[in-house]
Amino acid sequence: MKRTLIAAAAALLASTSLGLAENISACLITKTDTNPFFVKMKEGATEKAQELGIDLKSFAGKIDGDHETQVQAIETCIADGAKGILLTASDTSSIVPAVLQAREAGLLVIALDTPLSPIDSADATFATDNFLAGELIGKWAAAALGDEAANAKIAMLDLAVSQPTVGVLRDQGFLKGFGVDLGDPNKWGDETDPRIVGNDVTAGNEEGGRRAMENLLAQEPFINVVYTINEPAAAGAYEALKAIGRENDVLIVSVDGGCPGVANVKDGVIGATSQQYPLLMAALGIEAIAAWAKDGTKPSPTPGKDFFDTGVALVTDKPADGVESIDTAKGKELCWG
Amino acid sequence: MSSGQRFEAAAARDDTVAEFDDHRRGLVGTLQHFLHTTPAAVPLIVLLVSIAVFGLLLGSKFFSPFALTLILQQVQIVGIVAAAQSLVILTAGIDLSVGAIAVLSSVVMGTFSFRYGLPVPVAIASGLLCGTLCGFFNGWLVARVKLPPFIVTLGMWQIVLAANFLYSANETIRSQDISANAPLLQFFGNKINLGGAIFTYGVIFMVVLVIGLAYVLRQTAWGRHVYAVGDDPEAAELSGVQVRKTLISVYMLSGLICAFAGWALIGRIGSVSPTSGQLLNIESITAVVIGGISLFGGRGSILGALFGALIVGVFTLGLRLLGADAQWTYLLIGVLIIAAVAVDQWIRKVAA
Repeated sequence: MKRTLIAAAAALLASTSLGLAENISACLITKTDTNPFFVKMKEGATEKAQELGIDLKSFAGKIDGDHETQVQAIETCIADGAKGILLTASDTSSIVPAVLQAREAGLLVIALDTPLSPIDSADATFATDNFLAGELIGKWAAAALGDEAANAKIAMLDLAVSQPTVGVLRDQGFLKGFGVDLGDPNKWGDETDPRIVGNDVTAGNEEGGRRAMENLLAQEPFINVVYTINEPAAAGAYEALKAIGRENDVLIVSVDGGCPGVANVKDGVIGATSQQYPLLMAALGIEAIAAWAKDGTKPSPTPGKDFFDTGVALVTDKPADGVESIDTAKGKELCWG
Repeated sequence: MSSGQRFEAAAARDDTVAEFDDHRRGLVGTLQHFLHTTPAAVPLIVLLVSIAVFGLLLGSKFFSPFALTLILQQVQIVGIVAAAQSLVILTAGIDLSVGAIAVLSSVVMGTFSFRYGLPVPVAIASGLLCGTLCGFFNGWLVARVKLPPFIVTLGMWQIVLAANFLYSANETIRSQDISANAPLLQFFGNKINLGGAIFTYGVIFMVVLVIGLAYVLRQTAWGRHVYAVGDDPEAAELSGVQVRKTLISVYMLSGLICAFAGWALIGRIGSVSPTSGQLLNIESITAVVIGGISLFGGRGSILGALFGALIVGVFTLGLRLLGADAQWTYLLIGVLIIAAVAVDQWIRKVAA
């Protein structure tokens, strides 16, 4: 009896490992599976994986910042014999030892959207150029204001007090594009330009956006330019402005390019937004893993950058001179979430 | 006659003894006694002092009708949820699922109107029913199955939140669509302007709700039963209180109030957003604790919870206007929480 059981177990093991050898398997690990950005990323990866016959497993942290679950997911993928991992890390430096462990085990690790620190801890990084995304809306806002840009009163609605890199890059990109002296480009809030009324944090949602906007309006009621970390924060800021009847004389700019955000650009709630492409990011990632599994080629970064740039486009219906943009009809075709 | 005279004499003697006792109690003792009988006094004093201090530091920027009513608007959601939380905590329970229930209810209101095209009042009623049902499950598990409230609501928090994300597919319903097609959803965002002071319907609802609950808790049999159940459920049972029914009704009411908070949330942020309100459970417990309601149940005033929420709001806006790093707000709120519980412990000694 015992012997038959062992034999059966051995046969089962042999068949599963055979099954694995035939299929290429890959993992997608995101910060959460609630944020539409990651939902769309998962969709893009799943679609591409089906097309290429790759067995994709998805993992996600419970909340943004859930580091433990991501480490567990990497360990599971190594044990599972996956060929590669697509990772958007919650904690970009603490995750590095786990990533190195995976790479030593022969997995290709690609950081999606969020670069690890240091960036070369992953085999490659596929991401939006967040600094450029900020710069585009900064240039657009300055061009839209014309000469008035010199007297602008700017509110900066950032992500979080811990200053995650994505938030810093967008913020500093915006200020550079607008023509503000940056101080230290690795952090926000150290600028001395009197046009900046202040920085406040939004957690990237409507509620936070409204509260932050109200706080800054209490300091300076005549703010006329609002930078926002993403479109939900922008929608919240708009509600705060509407409450005091100033929604029509303030320019709101944002980053993301989600479908509700693009619709808000169309309706004039947001002046312009920089659109990023999570679907493309994930699809390219899966292709890279397929290539790695086939003949061991690693993806190479965009020339002149230390990551592979998956592109960004400015979406607005009021194009400004000297800033390339697409209109909301095109933006709607390409939008996510 | 003679017995009456003797009684009077005895009463007179008792008076002197009582005075003597009072004398020995001293100033601190009198204060302790006063605070024991008036549990909302401490948070009210802290609130008034903090308004005065920020007013002195910031002048008219803070001490204006606009800024002061802005604080009310910023705390309205937490304030409404804190009222629900207070009810549960008065029964010596805790409700970790309040925020999740509020958000799910708002999502139900939104999707019923937009996905299924139901009339808006029906959608709103469904949202309110959804909150009440979640509360009923909490209450039933606590009262009938005898599970600890912490565990029940910890589980319910996860269940409701996951249901919210699965059901909504995390799609936001935009403010512009709502105001065009279902403005009733934004009812609590309507406002009254009185010379620069802006009161949204949500703020008015919060104040009326808290005053109404304070009255009910103090003046009705049901209200006294809530306190009795929280203080000593066995004694309450023995004196004829239907403990289980009272508990279930408290959790159901809490769920209903959370659903109203979800409705008010739509008014506040304009849109229906499944990711909002994530920290409402912690924020409401913070307000309740700073408001001097005992986590051991049976003691405290629901007015205190409102003052607690306002204290947090005053500190948040005041420190932001002073230009302080947002972390200082969290640090000071942490200090307030510990101080509030320490004061609570000290006041409790009067009973011993």
